Amino acid sequence: MDQTNIKDKIRAFVRDKTKQPNLADDEDFFQKGFVNSLFAMQLVLFVEKEFQLRVGDDDLVLENFNSTNAISALVERKLAAGGADSQT
Amino acid sequence: MELETAQLAAQDEFRLFVDRHVAPFADDFDDRGQVPGELITALGTGGYLGANIAREHGGRAMDAITGGLLCEQVGRGSCSLLSLLVVHGMVAHVLARWGSEVQQKQWLPKLASGETLAAFALSEPEVGSDAGSVKTSAVLDQGWFTLNGTKKWTSFGLRANLYLVFARCGSRVAALLVERETPGLSVSPVSTMSGFKAAQMACLEFKDCRVPESQLIGRVGFGLSHIAGSGLDYGRHCVGWGGLGLAQACLDASLAYAARRVQFGKPLKEHPLIQEMLANMFTNIKAARALCWQEARLRHAANPQMILDGAVAKYFTSRIAVQAASDAVQIHGANGFSRDYPIQRYYRDAKVLEVIEGSSQIHQMMIARNIS
Repeated sequence: MDQTNIKDKIRAFVRDKTKQPNLADDEDFFQKGFVNSLFAMQLVLFVEKEFQLRVGDDDLVLENFNSTNAISALVERKLAAGGADSQT
Repeated sequence: MELETAQLAAQDEFRLFVDRHVAPFADDFDDRGQVPGELITALGTGGYLGANIAREHGGRAMDAITGGLLCEQVGRGSCSLLSLLVVHGMVAHVLARWGSEVQQKQWLPKLASGETLAAFALSEPEVGSDAGSVKTSAVLDQGWFTLNGTKKWTSFGLRANLYLVFARCGSRVAALLVERETPGLSVSPVSTMSGFKAAQMACLEFKDCRVPESQLIGRVGFGLSHIAGSGLDYGRHCVGWGGLGLAQACLDASLAYAARRVQFGKPLKEHPLIQEMLANMFTNIKAARALCWQEARLRHAANPQMILDGAVAKYFTSRIAVQAASDAVQIHGANGFSRDYPIQRYYRDAKVLEVIEGSSQIHQMMIARNIS
């Protein structure tokens, strides 16, 4: 899966869940208050299911999850490191 | 909605276990304010305490539907006992989801066997639904957290020997494993409950209680959003299915009573206003079961939608359990309040379901925010 494809899927999920159809890829949706308590876990489940990888305790860094760009970068790093069960 | 062969076999196994070891004695558990140790041992032997733990750690690794069927049957027998499966399972789920490999190897086999019982320590005397305002503090210094504060309403806290404790670490929240015998931790009973009377609720007091940094689950700052969040999600799954079991118990008891109780020359079941209550109970249970099945299917598929659907199922099921219990009392009349019938316990326990793992109002807010 190429970089554009990964980001497209993440963007679609994030915009749908935040109800922000024009959310920019670099916008921090946590800081802007666009997300609710369910979103954090939904996001983890989405990333794991969509990209067949495992988000672990070592990945729990806000900078990995606070924007479309950040999540894309995390996914790309984990896929490059071997996908399933890989932690960055 | 059809169960697979293995799920049907498991359902029969759970039903038999509850009929033999739980339901006939549940009012006695309430009277004594505790569940017998032998029963907890049997839960471990049967693999029920390791329902959601992987086989590599000694668990039974039940799929979401089978785990739900277990909670349904136990909820039918005793909601106090259900609460053990809930909180113990929540900690196991958190460990499996966010624990380090070392933490998983250390604790999951013990949780699966029942050698260690776990409890979820989030609520405090002044903090319930507003979990982000926890006051218990955790100060990190040279590899050790020092805990100070009080946790309350910790189900099976009196019985547990491992607690998952949520504490404020500066402006952020951390989740820490704390063993029962840790110096600085004292455990006392909360014995004034009207519902879940055998759930052995406890108050935990931390006074300069030192815990090694290695007991931290995940990272500081993710204690609520991811650690508590995933635990509560699992808890809602269990409570939803357990509430279904309680509602079913209300219906079963009401049908039996309405068939044998004769008033005005005919059995209660032939009176239209009694039929109305029975019909509503039956219909609500069918609707609740459909919601529980749906969320379990999503959970089995690890679909992100499972979190919202789990909240919907828990919200609806706990509501209809309260209605079913209320109608069951109405059908039983004075007998519904008598210790000679389990209805009084169903009525007391049902309301608790609307409070634990997020109140109905919190669920309404969660649902509304995610559909608008």
